[in-house]
Amino acid sequence: MARNTGGNPKDLAFEKASALFAFAVLALTVLLFAVLLRESLPALRKFGASFVVDGAWDPVLEKFGALPFIYGTLVSSFLALLIAVPLSVGTAIFINEFAPPWLKTPVSLLAELLAAIPSVIYGLSGIFILVPILRDTFMKPLTKHLGWVPLFKGPVYGPSMLAAGVLLSIMIIPFILSVSREVLATVPQRQKEAVLSLGGTRWEMIRIVIGQHCLAGIFGATVLGLGRALGETMAVTMVIGNRPEISDSLFQQGYSMAAVIANEFAEADGLHLSSLILIGLLLMLVTLVVNLAAKWMLSRMVARASRGI
Amino acid sequence: MTGTIAFRRKAADRAMKWVFCLCAFLVVLPLFLIFFDLVIKGAKELRWSLLVDLPRPVGEPGGGIANGILGTIVITLLTMTWSVPVAVMSGIYLAEYGRGTFAAAVRFAVDTLTGVPSILMGIFAYILLVLPMKRFSAWAGAAALSMIFIPVVVRTTEEMLRTVPTSVREAALALGIARWKATLRITVRTAWPGILTGILLAMSRIIGETAPLLFTSLGNQFWQTKLDQPMAAMPLQVFTYAISPYEDWHDKAWAGALVLITMVLLINIAARALTREKR
Repeated sequence: MARNTGGNPKDLAFEKASALFAFAVLALTVLLFAVLLRESLPALRKFGASFVVDGAWDPVLEKFGALPFIYGTLVSSFLALLIAVPLSVGTAIFINEFAPPWLKTPVSLLAELLAAIPSVIYGLSGIFILVPILRDTFMKPLTKHLGWVPLFKGPVYGPSMLAAGVLLSIMIIPFILSVSREVLATVPQRQKEAVLSLGGTRWEMIRIVIGQHCLAGIFGATVLGLGRALGETMAVTMVIGNRPEISDSLFQQGYSMAAVIANEFAEADGLHLSSLILIGLLLMLVTLVVNLAAKWMLSRMVARASRGI
Repeated sequence: MTGTIAFRRKAADRAMKWVFCLCAFLVVLPLFLIFFDLVIKGAKELRWSLLVDLPRPVGEPGGGIANGILGTIVITLLTMTWSVPVAVMSGIYLAEYGRGTFAAAVRFAVDTLTGVPSILMGIFAYILLVLPMKRFSAWAGAAALSMIFIPVVVRTTEEMLRTVPTSVREAALALGIARWKATLRITVRTAWPGILTGILLAMSRIIGETAPLLFTSLGNQFWQTKLDQPMAAMPLQVFTYAISPYEDWHDKAWAGALVLITMVLLINIAARALTREKR
């Protein structure tokens, strides 16, 4: 390690000191995993694999199964993706290909601002703006006319899986959008010009180029958005309804992994606490895998783009 | 025949252009809705007393969120006192010395931490600090927040240092300056605006974080400046007021949110302006 230090002891000391700080960051990460694993062991031993397939959550009877929370987290996150991905990709295409120059900066800046809003303010707006709008203009009419479809079954309360999904979608749009824009920007100008010079319209150019070039990257952006959505806590807690039930209907109240931790952790002890930490550990592992997958996909895409394929 | 095909293609092109335009509109629309309501509903309760008074019980008019404002400032500064040095030094290590497996492991750890849901940091601080101390405290809150702050700043510091051309480093070394001094005085100083932007952006992020504070600093109805006691914070107050069933507390939630977002955005915009000026 003594390279380039020229024998100066202060240089060596500085390098070692900075390495020590870096080590502290590494140690904290290891400690995070170790501590969560240790504290979740009681629940892991007691319930084992049945923890993730058991639907009962009863702190009084000390019965803990995480299925309703896993279900709620997955459904609300996928619902969010369903809304956020088309909107983000569409906006990315608009900014990169169609928008007049004077509009590019404001639109992308405003979308970036969405990422700066604290989650609790999304939750607040969710409770008082989004939920009433969804309830009165969307959920109530749909239940009335299409109530026989399991997805739209009433009764309508307001706080619901749907509200959580819509709110989450707004929160993850800035992330998917910025990655999508980067992905679109990797398309070689020559290819775009080739399509246009053959007489293709802009839309045909986009269709061909995206189909050829960007699908993998957009998928990576989607997975990245999923990683964001899975762990989101406050906003979901405030609009999902917080009821540990599994329902077909998007209009019914649900619960999410992060939300149950937020609501019950401060008052929990013993096996209850351990079960909540186990939910946290599961959430962290899933998020980690999802994030790694996204990173892998995007780096592969970038590598391919830089080779010009 | 060819005429209709050309027409159809052109029509499809024009239609899709409007579809994309609509997408962009729908993406920025929530921002306007949120800000509109924040200003309209928040302004109702936005009085001087909001900024200087303690919260009052339900039904009593007046009262403020002053202890939350103070708590947020205290917890944020507390977090930064140790997080900034740790993060910047780690970033320096990764950018200036970081090769090999150890550096790769640190980078992987930083990436991992960045993706961990913030509520997990609350659990972490709860287990490490709240359980042994047997009480919720500002310390625990700051510990949780630093787990969010550090990885972000390590990353930006490393990236910013990498934008400094090697020729600058070599010029400094060629003048006979010791490497550590060249790193601190030349390389870090050159990259400093970018690093500071990263620090401020991370700061604006932790100011708004609620989840990691729920069971670490917990919140408090009263003035509290002792760091080993539960401490109020603005995001916690907004949360409590928002989910309460009381109408006048809802107004307070909006007012608190308006103050919170003003703080967050001011720091956020200042951070961005800092690097923009440089260019």
